[in-house]
Amino acid sequence: MIRERYLNLIILAGLVIVPAYALMVDEPFTITLATKVVILALAGVGLNLALGQGGLVSFGHAAYFGIGGYTMGILASHAQNYTPLMTSPFLIEGTNSMPVIWLVAVVVSALLALLIGALSLRTSGVYFIMVTLAFGQMLYYFAISWPAYGGEDGLSIYVRNQFPGVNTLVPIQFYGLCFAILLIVLFLVDRLNKSPFGLALDGAHQNEERALTVGINVYRLRLVAFVISGAITGLAGALFADLNRFVSPVMFDWHTSGQIMIFIILGGVARLFGPIVGAALYILLEHFLGGLSEYWFIYLGAILLFVVLFAKGGIVGGLSKKEMSHGG
Amino acid sequence: MSVILLIEQILNGLQFGVMLFLMAAGLTLIFGVMGLINLAHGSLYMVGAFVAAAVAAWSGSFLLALAASLVAAAMFGALIELTVIRRLYARDHLDQVLATFALILIFSEATRWVFGSFPLFLDTPAWLSGTVILPFGIQYSAYRLAIIIVGLVVALGLFLLITRTRVGMRIRAGDSDREMIAALGVDISVLYTLVFALGAALAGLSGALVGAIQSVEVGMGEPVLILAFVVIVIGGIGSIKGALLGAILVGLTDTLGRTLLPVLLSTVMDASAATAVGSALASMLIYILMAGVLLFKPTGLFGTA
Repeated sequence: MIRERYLNLIILAGLVIVPAYALMVDEPFTITLATKVVILALAGVGLNLALGQGGLVSFGHAAYFGIGGYTMGILASHAQNYTPLMTSPFLIEGTNSMPVIWLVAVVVSALLALLIGALSLRTSGVYFIMVTLAFGQMLYYFAISWPAYGGEDGLSIYVRNQFPGVNTLVPIQFYGLCFAILLIVLFLVDRLNKSPFGLALDGAHQNEERALTVGINVYRLRLVAFVISGAITGLAGALFADLNRFVSPVMFDWHTSGQIMIFIILGGVARLFGPIVGAALYILLEHFLGGLSEYWFIYLGAILLFVVLFAKGGIVGGLSKKEMSHGG
Repeated sequence: MSVILLIEQILNGLQFGVMLFLMAAGLTLIFGVMGLINLAHGSLYMVGAFVAAAVAAWSGSFLLALAASLVAAAMFGALIELTVIRRLYARDHLDQVLATFALILIFSEATRWVFGSFPLFLDTPAWLSGTVILPFGIQYSAYRLAIIIVGLVVALGLFLLITRTRVGMRIRAGDSDREMIAALGVDISVLYTLVFALGAALAGLSGALVGAIQSVEVGMGEPVLILAFVVIVIGGIGSIKGALLGAILVGLTDTLGRTLLPVLLSTVMDASAATAVGSALASMLIYILMAGVLLFKPTGLFGTA
């Protein structure tokens, strides 16, 4: 049993040591796996803000992950083909500059989260789960049937987008970029959780009536949290698309939403570093079990079932003794 | 577009809606009585279809295949209720979602392991394979018409079961106050297993019936599950009446949207663009319908809480 803060330091150290070691022994594939962990963890950190801190069980975060991915895909494909995105009423060109893509991805996914959140948050409990799931699927079917950007086949980007001063095609440099973003977002989310906003969000999660009674506008509070959450997951989607240099409707699929949720539950609900541990474990399982058996999802299902039924709090919860104020 | 084609599409929409009802009725019953959201409901639909396909291939009898799918889905339902689901009643919805999502992963992969990745096919029985002539000279598939009739009969049976029988009374009582009915001496855990198995059997029947018009494959239950959720959100959780109305509304909207939208759009744009835009929009139509209902009645048309 160790303090959660020390555990978090160990986790961060792992994210530095593993890729550094892989660089030394020249194992670029391990670096790619680590990059995947960092990006998926970022998506989980986004969802965890809504789900862990806010108690909003969104089963549709694939929508933001996917829209972030498609933002990158659409902008980069126009830059790749030298065709403008639109010409009237004003000219918008594609781009292969990562900072621009990230900014657009964050704004677009925040707007989508605002729209979906404004509707979904009118409901609560099990309705909320079903409604977010349904809106996520709506985008999935739309992406499949909209032919302009590859439809069901998806969209390939041949060259990774660029970041000033970094050669993004070198795995370790791209990893560093993603890791830096994860650190910045973790710092911001931690500050947010401890701010009056985060405390009010947590309070409304624990007791909505009481929060309403003390004059908190719970709907608006949750909507803001939902939008920030969607924006973070959207940023992760843009990075994930850049990692694979490929986007497809699978990013919108509800299994993706389930996956992001699995990271959180494996790592520990409402734990800041929970999604990182969860994503790392998921990728490790995928890599090793997937190598052992074609049917590795059976084992993943069994592990998930075990964690949900018998090991509440996930790995971070199991390893650190600090009690949470609520069960998540 | 001719009137006959339109009527045919309306019937198709009705058939789709009736199928959705069989799924949604079980889900909404399970939610109403046990307060459980069950994502694995789609897996029971898949189990029904696979068992029907396997039994039909082995025995050659469609009716036997249907009966087998009902029994198998009910048994699987009772099995997962006894082993996993009953541990979840007291948990929050997040745990229920994750545990039943885990069940989907296990069920899907196990089915792939047993039956392989290739789709199976279930033939419609010879005595239902042709078309029937409806009034006004409309020709319609006998099998699809049979599905509509079976669905409506099941809906009626379910309605009678819940409003007229002793078990139905207990189900309604469980819906309104779980603690009280247990205190009155009803064995609540038996009732729960029964309701879950009933819902599972409906899902299995639905899967088997649809299996004969689509291919039977792993993951076939998932799109239907999500549509059933849309149905429940529109109809209101826990309401069988709402599930029926919502299912038919969704079935008609989806089917007619896919046929009519490209036609309507082709009046304002050229044909190929109209097909592309129309089909993309049609795929979103039922979700827009759901959003519309949420705007005016967040608890669904027949929902209370």
